[in-house]
Amino acid sequence: MTLIRYQAPGFAPWSAADRWSNLRDELNSFFELPVWSNFARGGQLFSGWSPALDLYQSNDNVMAVVELPGMRKEDIEISLHDGTLTISGERKRESGSNGEKAERSERYIGTFRRSIALPTRVDASKVSATYRDGILTVTLPKAEEVKPKQIQVS
Amino acid sequence: MNTLTRENRDGDRAQIEQFVAPPASVIEAGDGYKLEVEMPGVNKDGLDISIENNELTIVGRRSLPVVEGTLIHHESRPENFRRTFELDPSIDANKIGAKVEQGLVTLTLPKAEHVKPRKITVS
Repeated sequence: MTLIRYQAPGFAPWSAADRWSNLRDELNSFFELPVWSNFARGGQLFSGWSPALDLYQSNDNVMAVVELPGMRKEDIEISLHDGTLTISGERKRESGSNGEKAERSERYIGTFRRSIALPTRVDASKVSATYRDGILTVTLPKAEEVKPKQIQVS
Repeated sequence: MNTLTRENRDGDRAQIEQFVAPPASVIEAGDGYKLEVEMPGVNKDGLDISIENNELTIVGRRSLPVVEGTLIHHESRPENFRRTFELDPSIDANKIGAKVEQGLVTLTLPKAEHVKPRKITVS
């Protein structure tokens, strides 16, 4: 049963004893172990569900792409406060308990909340979002004063 | 019921294409099972479900939204999804149904008629 996400096959984190020979290399590689990125990505071990989030920046927009499989559009909430984008919601158990019995439950059911600080100021009134194939894309247009500007020499 | 599910960790095939095993839930209903697998970014076209040697394999290839701009914070994984399940002998492999909705793949696995009690008439 999968408690942490799948790691690349053939990767033996601690087996080679000679890796200790160079402490600096060892410390550096230690922080590159997949298990750390699992904490950063999922955090599922301790805090329920923290969906994976990618953030993009272009000249005009900041875009957040969030993996939210199997949600209903109505159950997703997006809020913006003090330069922090928060995506929250609730994944409800489907249908009900009419004789149904869970044999295995790896999918997270319940509420979740995911926040991220935005790199620049955005225009809160122009934020838009789409939800397709279980992926939420939030487009946040940058505030006029932080957009790159070209100044004409008169 | 442990025979219904099995992890796929065979490294040989993974060298060709890297996959990640998505979270899955198995729900038993009266006349069969329901299998839910999370594959964000996968739609009908990217889904490949096959049964071989009583093993059900679900492969999901993502069609991710194209976003312009530079990536400044990255948590998603680039790999596609694959997961294999061993089918319980009571499942009728010919009647398995599948749908995908918002990145959630749902399979219905009905129990075969022959496992239900039956009366044989003497002619």
